[in-house]
Amino acid sequence: MSDTTPPDTTTHAMAFTPEDLPTAESFFKPHRIVLLAIAAALVFCIVWFMRWDWLPQYLPRLGYGIMVTLAMLFSTAILGFLLAVPLGLVQVTGPWPLKALAKGFCTVIRGTPLLLQLWLLYYGLGSLFPQFPAIRQSFLWPYLRESWPYGVAALTISFAAYEGEVMRGAFAGVPAGEIEAARAYGMSRWTLFRRIWLPRAIHRALPTLNGETVLQLKATPLVATITVIDVYSVISKVRQDTYITYEPLLLLALIYMCLTGILVIAFRYLENRIPTRGA
Amino acid sequence: MADPVSFINWSLLALEPPGWGGVLLRGLLNSIQIAIGGYAFGLLLGIGGACGKLYGGPITRDLMECYTTIVRAVPELVLILLLYYAGTDALNYVLGLVGIGQVDISGLVAGIFVIGVVQGAYTTEVLRGAIKAVPPGQIEAARAYGMSPTKVMTRVTLPAMLPYAIPGLSNLWLIATKDTALLAVVGFSELTLVTRQAAGSTKAYLLFFCAAGALYLMLTLVSDFFIKIIERRARRGFVEQS
Amino acid sequence: MKKTLKTIALSLALGIVAAGAVAAEPLKVGFAAEPYPPFTSPDASGNWEGWEVEFEKAICAEAKLECVITPVAWDGIIPALTSKKIDMIIGSMSITEERLKTIDFSDKYYNTPTGVIGPKSETFEATPEGLKGKTIGVQVSTIHQVYANKYFGENGATVKEYQTQDEANNDLAAGRLDAVQADSIALGAFLKSDQGKECCDLKGMVKDDPAILGAGVGIGIRKGEDELKAKLNAAIKAIRANGTYDTFSKKYFDFDVYGQ
Repeated sequence: MSDTTPPDTTTHAMAFTPEDLPTAESFFKPHRIVLLAIAAALVFCIVWFMRWDWLPQYLPRLGYGIMVTLAMLFSTAILGFLLAVPLGLVQVTGPWPLKALAKGFCTVIRGTPLLLQLWLLYYGLGSLFPQFPAIRQSFLWPYLRESWPYGVAALTISFAAYEGEVMRGAFAGVPAGEIEAARAYGMSRWTLFRRIWLPRAIHRALPTLNGETVLQLKATPLVATITVIDVYSVISKVRQDTYITYEPLLLLALIYMCLTGILVIAFRYLENRIPTRGA
Repeated sequence: MADPVSFINWSLLALEPPGWGGVLLRGLLNSIQIAIGGYAFGLLLGIGGACGKLYGGPITRDLMECYTTIVRAVPELVLILLLYYAGTDALNYVLGLVGIGQVDISGLVAGIFVIGVVQGAYTTEVLRGAIKAVPPGQIEAARAYGMSPTKVMTRVTLPAMLPYAIPGLSNLWLIATKDTALLAVVGFSELTLVTRQAAGSTKAYLLFFCAAGALYLMLTLVSDFFIKIIERRARRGFVEQS
Repeated sequence: MKKTLKTIALSLALGIVAAGAVAAEPLKVGFAAEPYPPFTSPDASGNWEGWEVEFEKAICAEAKLECVITPVAWDGIIPALTSKKIDMIIGSMSITEERLKTIDFSDKYYNTPTGVIGPKSETFEATPEGLKGKTIGVQVSTIHQVYANKYFGENGATVKEYQTQDEANNDLAAGRLDAVQADSIALGAFLKSDQGKECCDLKGMVKDDPAILGAGVGIGIRKGEDELKAKLNAAIKAIRANGTYDTFSKKYFDFDVYGQ
């Protein structure tokens, strides 16, 4: 929150990132083989002695839930990032009213729990809308009746606020010499921004994007509390239908670990493809 | 009904009943209690975890790695549910085996435990990074003086890593205060849940959620103020990096 | 170093145990931590009030049990009971076959029919045909959820599940739902409130299905606690016989909530 704080170190502490991926050969140490054997035995016990008879019945719904979770994750991360660019930019160069507004926005969003923001949007604003007949008759109403737009809005805003802070640092951190050089070439302000400043800033922000995206994945289950049916909410349904507590939650944890793992591997693949020299 | 003034009924926030302000403040107090307890518990776990990861044997190190990996890859909400039900169950089971018998785990203790375990993994990572940032020469010098490992830890490593750890640790404190909101999902009466109850009872959703938001924000800003002071103290003697 | 850590960890663990062990003994009576008028709802001083709170006090006094009310999340209330976070459920939980597989119940202490409400602007019946194509809200883990899914969900209605009854009611008022199915008394309380008065009215009672809708509301307890069950059943009988039940019921209802 404070200016001196490098945000990415905390993000790294909270989100699994590519540096943490084990290498294949690291599994072949003697003590690791023993540990893996113990883990395998544990997994076997979990599979064998716990109740999993509910699983086949819920598999299709689980698949649907995972799709919803991923759709929520990617749509909000992309929208949030698009919003974060102007948020970071005006904090660096904007006129002071815009600067103050952007800074205030980031502070408020980062200073309050996401769950509260979500409920504020869904129950607070959502119960306000229908009292205006104009909204009720507008083409937006069918969407406003659904719950997912509120989930997307809350997650997007939150991602934008956290990533906006990163973008602020990224914009400010582009070496002045590069911008001066561009100006010396006679680039217009817009060209300079489009060709030099923005690409360099995004390049600098990329390493943090991975952690922020994992954090965003970890935030998505909150939308289940406003009746969006994501994978978390499917598991809740299993728990409520069957009164089994641990098995569904263990499966859910496993699903999220797999999703995080896939995400992290994908990011590592992408990072290897983007040249990072001089960044 | 569409008259905006009619939406705001400030008397609902009065501290004495029939206003709900008192209930909100008590919820805030609960949240702060859990945040402090969970943060402290997390700090202890984190110190242990970081030392285990850096100085422990290969098995300790791998187990710590599993702990931090799981916590960093699974949503807090899921962990909180798992720990809230399974953690207390397991504790009772273990105590039953040891022979102490069933204990009654209060919501507050369960909340602190849950937040603490999550925070512990984050703290482990922050502290590990900070300890690694301490110049190894300082620790070697301490060892060369014949200090015992405990003394090296308390006299050199911990004080020397503090400036590196404080930014991360202060971020984690802010995260702890916000994570307490997730306990609303297991029915613990912290600020977010009492806000929803108040809002549901009075139907003044917007008012109460905004009021709770203001309380959380105040908590963050006040914490921020103290964090800045602590950071400035901790960075005394450091070359300012521009 | 490692020893110190172990000592710290151990003392911490013991500290948790000690802190937890202080508050033992009284039976914890669980119910959903949400406004569910007129049965349980929080007042502005943070206390819980309502018919069911008074019932709980009367039962515990009659059975000479020391009780403390413990609000928990509704969707985890049965796991909370089985994992001993609470000892009884007095939370408008109907006695159903499905639940009896996991927990045990006392005799019923009230029984009311199930109704459906909707916006005033629309007219429809509380039948599968009437609700076809509509979105109907129910609370999760309730008999209404099971019923609505079976009778309405499989006949062309969309069933939306809410964590609390209050949220479903609120979404009906906000126009996000076309109908809400729930206990008729709880719906009645909503329709009497300012919010409900303005938007909605009762569309009718649903056709009974005893296999799903159960035989009334009972006190949920863990299986195998027959002594407690006997005590509770005796207490319910006693307060019915000595007039206590009717005395506090009159404050809330103008009919016999005990049902047939």
